Amino acid sequence: MNDNINTAYEHIPAEKFAFVQENENLHDKELQTKARSFFADALLRFSKNKSSVIAAWILLFLILYSIFAPLISRYDVKDTDSMYVNYPAYNRTICDLNIGIMDGAKTFDSQNDTAMNFWRGIAEETGMNPVIRTVGTHETDVKQRGQIVKRYTYDIEVNAYYALGMVYRTFSYAEFQNIQNWQNETGIQVIYPYVEPSDINGIKDNPSVWYEVDSKGAAILDADGNFVPAYSTHADKAGAEYNSIRIPGDDGSYVYSTAKSGSVQCRVLYYNYYIYVNGHEPNYLLGTNVMGMDLFCAIGIGARFSLIFAILVSAINLTIGAIYGSIQGYYGGYIDLALDRISDILSGVPFVVVTTLFQLHLSRKVGIVPSFLFAFVLTGWIGMAALTRKQFYRFKGQEFVMAARTLGASDRRLMFKHIFPNAIGTIITSCALVIPGVINSETTMTYLGIVDLSDFAGTTIGTLLSQGNAAATTAPHAMLWPSVFLGLLMIAFNLFGNGLRDAFNPSTRGVED
Amino acid sequence: MIKYTLQRTFYMIIVFTIITLMCFVLIRMLPQPVLPPEDPHAQVMEMRREALGYNEPYLVQFGLFVKNVVTKFDWGLSEKLYFGQDVWKIFSGKLPATMVVNLYSIILSIPIGIALGIFAALKKNTWIDYLISTLTMVVISVPSFVYAFIIQYLFCYKLGWFPFLVKSGTDWLSWPMFVSMVPAIMSLSFGVIAGFTRTTRAELTEVLTSEFMLLARTKGLTKAQATIRHALKNCFVVIVPGIFGEFIGILGGSLIIERIFSVPGVGSLTLNAINGLDYNIFILSTCFYTAIGLAASLVVDVSYGFIDPRIRMGSRK
Repeated sequence: MNDNINTAYEHIPAEKFAFVQENENLHDKELQTKARSFFADALLRFSKNKSSVIAAWILLFLILYSIFAPLISRYDVKDTDSMYVNYPAYNRTICDLNIGIMDGAKTFDSQNDTAMNFWRGIAEETGMNPVIRTVGTHETDVKQRGQIVKRYTYDIEVNAYYALGMVYRTFSYAEFQNIQNWQNETGIQVIYPYVEPSDINGIKDNPSVWYEVDSKGAAILDADGNFVPAYSTHADKAGAEYNSIRIPGDDGSYVYSTAKSGSVQCRVLYYNYYIYVNGHEPNYLLGTNVMGMDLFCAIGIGARFSLIFAILVSAINLTIGAIYGSIQGYYGGYIDLALDRISDILSGVPFVVVTTLFQLHLSRKVGIVPSFLFAFVLTGWIGMAALTRKQFYRFKGQEFVMAARTLGASDRRLMFKHIFPNAIGTIITSCALVIPGVINSETTMTYLGIVDLSDFAGTTIGTLLSQGNAAATTAPHAMLWPSVFLGLLMIAFNLFGNGLRDAFNPSTRGVED
Repeated sequence: MIKYTLQRTFYMIIVFTIITLMCFVLIRMLPQPVLPPEDPHAQVMEMRREALGYNEPYLVQFGLFVKNVVTKFDWGLSEKLYFGQDVWKIFSGKLPATMVVNLYSIILSIPIGIALGIFAALKKNTWIDYLISTLTMVVISVPSFVYAFIIQYLFCYKLGWFPFLVKSGTDWLSWPMFVSMVPAIMSLSFGVIAGFTRTTRAELTEVLTSEFMLLARTKGLTKAQATIRHALKNCFVVIVPGIFGEFIGILGGSLIIERIFSVPGVGSLTLNAINGLDYNIFILSTCFYTAIGLAASLVVDVSYGFIDPRIRMGSRK
């Protein structure tokens, strides 16, 4: 044997060789992986695009919100409260945790001693302390009778729901009795002893004052710094019998109502009165707007309408545009030219004008929503038609079309069985970008008040925004939440649409058109 | 080229006439507002209506309308909001406010938009590019009244830098007027800036990767020289028509922004006319907005041919 193994291959003995296979056929291995369809491929590409996936999740969340929020909420869009108007977010359970959210907090700047006493008065009488926390203290030197005196003012956060305190309400005798019965049942006190305005320096517009005040409306405190009650004991002025919960310290002489012609007027603790009327405590997760509507529910209702409307409009426009564009693209020539002129003319009319004219002409005959829909449909399909036309020009000269034609396929069959399916990916993905456009226009029109959909839809995001805009400084949350919702919805839709487009047409990735 | 421009202009006039005819007839078909019976001018108005053929067929009415507009530039009288006043006078009185606000806004926003776009394109695929692109996307997606609210709340209320509404008066170019217009200008600018940033970035990134840029670098130009002399020139072929379009668009303005900041402009007038059903003002606004829209698209299309000699508009091949 040779020492060099590398050159020894010439002398391998024959018995070391064996057949790989002898009496069987040789096969290619079957493909173990599954064939990937066009849609699965697109889906894979889509899921690699991180921002679009996040957008899809946000979109899903917003859609779920619009479906479930109005169901979860204790309120309906028709439930409007006349007192809790533009109030901040509040939920009793979360408020009691004292973590700074949903506590109905409103900031009051520079509260002097008179104002602080007023808050204390509400806290003492109702047992609900409106002052949540003191944010800042200011010290000023004031000259009084020749002496420098330090005065303090406070910036405080106040629970607006507690701070509302007492209101005057006028009841019929039966209603008055009902409230008393309810008080006895539940132990929640709604009616508080009446205070005659003549006893508190003639203050008629501030039912939360129950103590003796000076001519400026500041509380007169006794030597220990306590309030001096000024409850009415004029039994002769009482409106009706009162046989229910009395406040502590009442020896039975306090009067709980005053007579008005045929009815009684009471001082009512609005928070508890609200419980009596509605059966539950105020529970406004996003606060209320200028109508006293629960925003949590109203945004959901508005979004529901916007989404359904946008999807409906896009579906109709898609159909019309696809048919129109197919005819244009397939036949070409003079038909294309003539149809193009029609769409040119229609696209020249400003959308505001179209909407207004349709509203003026049709809203009485067919209703506001259908006429709004027609306005969208009149010009909305043009973009879709142009897109389809382009796709048809691309495909109609190709061999497979010629082959089908040679086999005797009719025009309609060629258009919709052979060419159209090739264009469908582009068309459907552009639909995802049409929807936010429709929502945007719809919101704009309702925001501007050109179309008023509140009778049909309850409310819309645009209506909520224009209502919120009226009190944008005092109650920014009423503008903020609909804005946040709309902003998120638009961003998510656009990102999602872009992602879909890139996934379905990888060649156009990153190209804006 | 000139032939093409003339052709397009002629065609635009035809489209404009057809749209005006449609809107005119639709508006005249509506029940006309009842004139106040006590007003001594009501009788005059009634006679004017008679003269304008309100009881004749619509085509005759349209003929009279066009005749008045073409010969005397008479758009009729306001019948509701500004009873008895000449519509064109009211309208032209509102134009300066809209134009000034929009002019300021595009003068500010076009350079910023283009600069941001160039910056993003040069820093492609760095965090700066991602930041600019994301912000652009957000601004383009979010409707303008949302950020108008943010601007109003932040700058006018919390910081107190600017007044809430545009100041009254007609001193359009004075400093206090400018200050009071700043929130409106900002709200208008965001959209324009974002639009220009996006177009510039997209164009420039494409141009920067083309082969002639490589050639420019190989022949010894620095990156800055190559970008300014070759890339920007090419990318302006797309941007400049956009700028022309914007300049025509300043006449139209924005309904929403004018409403929010109560700019006494054409947009507010149109909205008031719609809500108050003042048809003569509405017809004028309709014609005005239609004309602007058509003119903008015409200018954009035609200017492509003038800017870039490689593009032959309307040629057969």
